[in-house]
Amino acid sequence: MEITSPSFGQRIIQGRWIGKIALVLVSLLTIWWVGNKAAQSPSLFYQQIVNGLQLGFVYALIALGYTMVYGIVKLINFAHGDVFMVGAFVSYYAVSKFSLHVWPSTIFPNISPIISVVLGTITVAILSMVICALLAIVIERIAYKPLRNAPRISALITAIGVSFFLEYFGALDFVFTPNFITYKRPFQISIWYLKDGFHKLESGTAAPDGSIIFSNILIIIILASLLLVLGLNFIVMRTKIGKAMRASSYDKPTARLMGINVDGVISITFAIGAALAGAAGILYATAYPQVFFWMGITPGLKAFIAAVLGGIGSIPGAFVGALIMGQAEVLSAGYISTPMRDAIAFAILILVLLVKPTGLYGEPEREKA
Amino acid sequence: MLKNKTTLGFLSVAIFVILLVHVLVDQGILNSFWYTILRIGAVMTIVSLGLNLIYGINGQFSLGQWGFYAIGAYAAADVTYRWSQLHSASGLVILLLVLLFVGGFYLIIGRVLSKIRGLDSLSAFAIYLAGTILAAILAIALGKILIDPVTAMLTYLPANIAMQLVFLLAILLAGILAAEVSYLLGLPVLTLGSDYFGIATLGFTIIVKVLLDNSDTLLGFAEMKGARGMVGIPKLSSWLWVASFVLIIVVLTRNLLQSSHGRAIISVREDEIAAKAMGIDIASQKTITFVIGSLFAGLAGGLYAHVNGFLHPNTFNFIKSFDPMIIIVFGGLGSITGTVVASFTWALVLEGFLRLFLPEGFETWRFVVYPLLLLIMMLLRPQGLFGTYEFPFLQQILPPALKLKANNMHTTEAETASSNSNESTSSTGGAS
Repeated sequence: MEITSPSFGQRIIQGRWIGKIALVLVSLLTIWWVGNKAAQSPSLFYQQIVNGLQLGFVYALIALGYTMVYGIVKLINFAHGDVFMVGAFVSYYAVSKFSLHVWPSTIFPNISPIISVVLGTITVAILSMVICALLAIVIERIAYKPLRNAPRISALITAIGVSFFLEYFGALDFVFTPNFITYKRPFQISIWYLKDGFHKLESGTAAPDGSIIFSNILIIIILASLLLVLGLNFIVMRTKIGKAMRASSYDKPTARLMGINVDGVISITFAIGAALAGAAGILYATAYPQVFFWMGITPGLKAFIAAVLGGIGSIPGAFVGALIMGQAEVLSAGYISTPMRDAIAFAILILVLLVKPTGLYGEPEREKA
Repeated sequence: MLKNKTTLGFLSVAIFVILLVHVLVDQGILNSFWYTILRIGAVMTIVSLGLNLIYGINGQFSLGQWGFYAIGAYAAADVTYRWSQLHSASGLVILLLVLLFVGGFYLIIGRVLSKIRGLDSLSAFAIYLAGTILAAILAIALGKILIDPVTAMLTYLPANIAMQLVFLLAILLAGILAAEVSYLLGLPVLTLGSDYFGIATLGFTIIVKVLLDNSDTLLGFAEMKGARGMVGIPKLSSWLWVASFVLIIVVLTRNLLQSSHGRAIISVREDEIAAKAMGIDIASQKTITFVIGSLFAGLAGGLYAHVNGFLHPNTFNFIKSFDPMIIIVFGGLGSITGTVVASFTWALVLEGFLRLFLPEGFETWRFVVYPLLLLIMMLLRPQGLFGTYEFPFLQQILPPALKLKANNMHTTEAETASSNSNESTSSTGGAS
C-alpha cells in the first residue's frame, strides 16, 4: 500500500513553521536592532553587560528562594520579595543605627582596617540572613502550614496577605518607616575602569571615553552570589537534608513513609530561601543605595519571572533565568525603550513559555496518577 | 411553577434592593462617600463575576482580569472624553469600526483555520495577529471618513440623550474590546499549564500597566496623559446604571451555567481528560469562558472610569490585580452569591469601615488590618464565606450524584484543614 507523502503546504502547517518563522523573525529583528546600536559604541555595550551582570546575580539569589519553595510545596510565595525588603532594612539598621560593621575594630583596636571591614560586613550579612530565615520559618508555621491540605488557591491568597502585611506593617512609624531612606554602605566603594589595563578611578575625576567602569560592589555581588549558590548546590546535592528536600519535592507521601520529617524539611527550605533573599537584600541595597518598604515588589517580581523563565522548581534554571533577566532588563532599558523595560521582560517570558511551556530547564509536567 | 416563583422572587428582591439604594441616595440618607463605595462594590462585583467564571467555574488560574479591566476603563473613558470635551465622535466611530472589522476577521480566520488540522497555537496566533493589524488599518482608514457625519447625526439628538447613548455604547465597546484582546491573548496562552497560564496573564496585566504609563508618548493618546492620570471623564456611572449591569450579568452568568455550555465549562474544571472523553472541545470551552470573563472585566472597567471621572495607571497595578482573586476566594470559589456578597463586603470594609472607624492615630493601619483579616479568614474558612452555597434562583443544575460528591469533597477538605490547624504538630494529617 502506497502512502502519499504530505504536500509542501501540509508540511509547513504540521511542522509548526508559521509560528517558528514569526518568532525567529522577531528575535532576529531585535538582535539586529540591539546589535546595530551596540556597534556604534562597543564600550557602552560592554558597560551595559557589566551592569546587567550585577543585576542578574542579585536576581539569582532571590529567584532561588522562589524556585525552591515552589519546587517543594508548589506555592508561589509572594511574600518572598518582602522578606528581601526586611533583609535590606535589617542591614540598614545594623549599619546605621548600631554600627555593627565596625565591631572588630572597636573590640580589637590593633586589627588591620581591611580585615575589620570584611569581618564586620560578613557579620551584618549573616545577621540579616538569620533574621530573614527566622521570619520565614515563623511565616511558614503561622500562615502556610495550616493550609497544607486546603485548596492551593487559599495558600496563594494567604501568601498575598502576608506580603501586604509585611509591607504595610513595615511602613508603620515604629517598625521601619514609611519614607525613603538612603542606605549607608558598610564599606567604602572604590571604582576601577578598564581601558588598556586596569586603572583605579580617583574620586572627583572622570574616566576617559570608551572605558568600562566597575566598582568593588560588582565584584562583591558576583563573589557572594557564586559562593551562596555553590553552597546551596552543595546543601541540596550532597547533604542528607538536601536529599530529603529532593525526595519531598518529588513525592511527599512516599517521603513521609521513608521516615522523612516533611514539615521540618519544608520549614528548612523556606529558611534557606529567605536567607538567600536576605543576602540579596544587602547586595541590592549596596548597589542601589535606597531602602523603602515597597522595595521588595519590583525585584521580587523580576526574580520570580526569572525563576519561571528558567523553569520553576529548578535551581540551575533559576540562576540562568536570572542572568538572562538582568541582561534583558539592562539591554532593553539601554537600547529599546527605558519605560518599557518591564513590559519587555514579561514579553520575553511569555514568548519563552510559548516555545517551552515549562521554562528553559523545567521538567515536563507529570501525568496525574 | 416553582421555577417561575423563584425567578420572580429573585428578580423582585433584586430590583427592590436596587431601587431602595437609589431612593436612599436620592433622599440624601446615604452620603456621597457611601454612594461611591457602593458603586465601586458593584463594579468589583462585575470584575469578580468574570474571574469567577474563568477561575471558579472553568478552573483557569487567570491573573489577567485586571489588565482587561484597565483596557475597558481607558477605552470607554477615551470615547466619552472625546465626545464630552472635544465634541467629536472620533473615539466612538473608530473603536466601533475597529472592533467590527477585527471581529469579522476573527470569524473568517476561524472558519478557514478550522479546516486545517494540526496547526499549533503559536502559528495560529501569528496569523490572527496579522489579521488584527490588517483589519485595524482598514477600519481606521474607513473610520476617518465617517467621523464627521456621525458627529453631526449625534448632535441632532438632545444633548443629554446623546451623552447617555455615547456612554452606553462606550461601555459596551469597552467590553467587546477586552473580549477581542482576550481572544487573541488566549489563543497561545490558554494552552499553557495552570500556573504558567497564571504567570503569563500576570505578565499581560503588567504589560498593559506599563503601556498605560506611557499612553501619551508611546501609544499617542495625548488625552490619556500617561502616568499623570486621565482627568475630565464625565461622571456618568450612576447607581442605576451600575446596578442594572450587575443584575444583567448575574442573570446571564446563571443562564450560561444552566445551559449545556455551562455544564461543559464546569466539566473542564472537574476533569479535563474525562471531559475530552465525553466529546467536549476543551480548548474552545476554555476560550469561550476566558472571552466572556474578560468581556465582563471590560464592561466593569468602562463603568469604573465614569465613577470618579479620573483614571490613573497605578489603579491598574499588578498588586491590585489580586483583588478580584481575593474576592472570589473570599466569597467561595464558583459561587455567584458568594462573589456578589464578597465584592460588596470587600468594598464596604476596605474602603468604608477601615477608613472611617480606625481609631485616632491608627489611620495607617488600614492595610495592616486588612491582610490580618484575610489571613484569619483563610485559616478559619479556606473554602470561602459561602463555600458552594447558592441563592435558590442561581443554583446550578447538576446531576445529584455529582453534587453529593462535590459537597462531600468540600466538607472533608474543611475538616482536614481545621483539624490540621488544631494540632499543628501532626505530620501525617489529611494525606490521603
